[in-house]
Amino acid sequence: MSRPPITGTLTDTLAAARRQRGRRRAGQLAALAAVVLALVALTLMVGQSVTPPGDVARVLLGRDVPGAGFTIGTLRAPRALMSLLTGLSFGLAGAAFQTMLRNPLASPDIIGISFGASGAAVAGIVFFGLSGSAVAPVAIAGGLGVALGIYALAWRGGGVAGARLILIGIGMAAMMQSVISYSLLKASTWSQNEAIRWMAGSVNGATLAEAVPLALALAVCGGVLLLRARDLEALRLGDDTAAALGIRVGWLRITVLLAAVGLVAFATAAAGPIAFVAFLSGPIVSRLIGPGRSLLLPAALGGAVLVLGADWIGQFALPMRFPVGIVTGALGAPWLVYLIARSNRVGAAS
Amino acid sequence: MSEASLAAPHHRRAALPRGFWLLAVLAGLAVLCALSVAIGTRSVSLAEIWGGLTGATETIGEAAVSKRLPRTLLAALAGAGLGLSGAVLQGVTRNPLADPGILGVNAGAALAVTLGLAFFGLAGFHAYIWTAIAGAGLTAGFVYAIASVGPGGATPLKLALAGVASTVAIGAFISAVLLPHADIAGGAQAWQVGGVGGAGFAGIRAVLPFLAAGCALSLASGGALNALALGDEMAAGLGERVMLARAAAALGAVLLAGAVTAICGPIGFVGLAVPHLCRLIFGPDYRWLLPLSALTGAALLIGADVAGRVIARPSELDVGIVTAFLGAPVFIWIVRRQKLKDL
Repeated sequence: MSRPPITGTLTDTLAAARRQRGRRRAGQLAALAAVVLALVALTLMVGQSVTPPGDVARVLLGRDVPGAGFTIGTLRAPRALMSLLTGLSFGLAGAAFQTMLRNPLASPDIIGISFGASGAAVAGIVFFGLSGSAVAPVAIAGGLGVALGIYALAWRGGGVAGARLILIGIGMAAMMQSVISYSLLKASTWSQNEAIRWMAGSVNGATLAEAVPLALALAVCGGVLLLRARDLEALRLGDDTAAALGIRVGWLRITVLLAAVGLVAFATAAAGPIAFVAFLSGPIVSRLIGPGRSLLLPAALGGAVLVLGADWIGQFALPMRFPVGIVTGALGAPWLVYLIARSNRVGAAS
Repeated sequence: MSEASLAAPHHRRAALPRGFWLLAVLAGLAVLCALSVAIGTRSVSLAEIWGGLTGATETIGEAAVSKRLPRTLLAALAGAGLGLSGAVLQGVTRNPLADPGILGVNAGAALAVTLGLAFFGLAGFHAYIWTAIAGAGLTAGFVYAIASVGPGGATPLKLALAGVASTVAIGAFISAVLLPHADIAGGAQAWQVGGVGGAGFAGIRAVLPFLAAGCALSLASGGALNALALGDEMAAGLGERVMLARAAAALGAVLLAGAVTAICGPIGFVGLAVPHLCRLIFGPDYRWLLPLSALTGAALLIGADVAGRVIARPSELDVGIVTAFLGAPVFIWIVRRQKLKDL
């Protein structure tokens, strides 16, 4: 009321600027979400045949539509849902890792977590004849085990440093790769094909039953990550600054690690290690929306865009059908070169 | 008195002369060669070993022994090549984590060979070797170039990340090529696990010139690598032509790694672990380090091959898998040992 006018102006200006930033961010998130919805609609409507939106809606509401019931209900809807969920999970987990380790290259598919899940899954497929839903728990156990191993080995002198965590992760990745190679070598021909296809990452033949555990994991782990998003942003300033701001750095790191690994492991179990989604979505959306607020939610949406788009391209836009992981891998390679060169130039990876 | 105690560590190193260790490594190599011929999936008697060595193949045991001869030779050559190549790469890049596998050389060679198999009907040892060397060289140069952009040059962290990221990208391309070509998938998969099991004298003869050239280039660069270890400016001040020395040494290393990869498939971590082991024992002088890395690498690879035959009886583990399992812990140990600011 009786505030001096100069302070009033300053707070007003700050508040206005903050409101404006908030509106801009809300607009960006809405735009990303709209793209995701558009791609879901594309996946549902356009395939070998084009289904009108009215029929799609009727099938989704549970009505019986002759001709479209099987295509939409059994083929396209589970596929779209699985793409959406894996994309969200990989994008979210990747951004969480990159923020936590302060390195745009340190995503779970680079530092061995995905390899841990894949190694366990491929060994399960080849040596124990697992298939379908039985692969998931093995992959999850593998991912979590490797992550905890990396964390324990990187522990020295009462803490874990990001750079050491990354390099030890790379060493573990090499070990898991040799497990994968060995399993593939010992595999019979049919399980070899199954394993190679799984390794490439695919949402082909997804069922609603497979999507349920991933949806639950996304709700729990994703919720944890989004709740800690502010603290993670503070961690960007450095461990010491974050600690001075009142954040228990070690505790934060292990929480985020567990939640993000959970996401990666469940998503990998459901669809295989879809290459580069976790790695790319964070940096891409950060280029689109600019620096500032937490990247977690935009990166999750970006991951969904990547998987949905790449899956549709792999199915219908190329001369032969490729699993989604091959498309994201091929799209990702040039981006990767650009990113590494660029992030090195600004010193972010040093 | 205090001076003497300060000098003590140097005396201790002098007390175990390099010559002694050299003899020890040679003796170890000889023993491992003997074991590699004598031990295998099939137990053989002394008489059969002698028969196999002298060329007889009447009994199954003698035939088995005669199969183990080229295998042992190839393991020795491959191990020597990889150990030497790793030592040279660590010297050229002044980076403790430089290794053919980490630099993406293996992945690059694998991609080149896969492309060759799928689209160009690659056949014959020489075609394999040239293709693999080309892929290896291109990838190594590419990874190093990416890693050295930006401040600080190619730090171990940047180099490792660039190498792994490129390996993942190359892996996606390999899968993309293999999925539509089910007929070659099995062969390519078998090649991607490094092994010396399928060795024959024909393959060894084909790869020998490349190994010899790479070996000569690498060993000749020992003095230059010593100068380079002091930093580029110091080396130039000492009269070294830095770029030329570096290029010659790197070419030698890529020739070695590419040729070994072409004939055995990717074998990881030998190039990383062996030079570190040798540096612990022999000190940092590259004129000693290079030949000893070659000898130790040969001993290590033969040992890993024998271990792979013994562990998984009646089947056998490929040597690439054994070295990855032995080598990854060494990698982790090196990382834990390094001071953080050096990463």
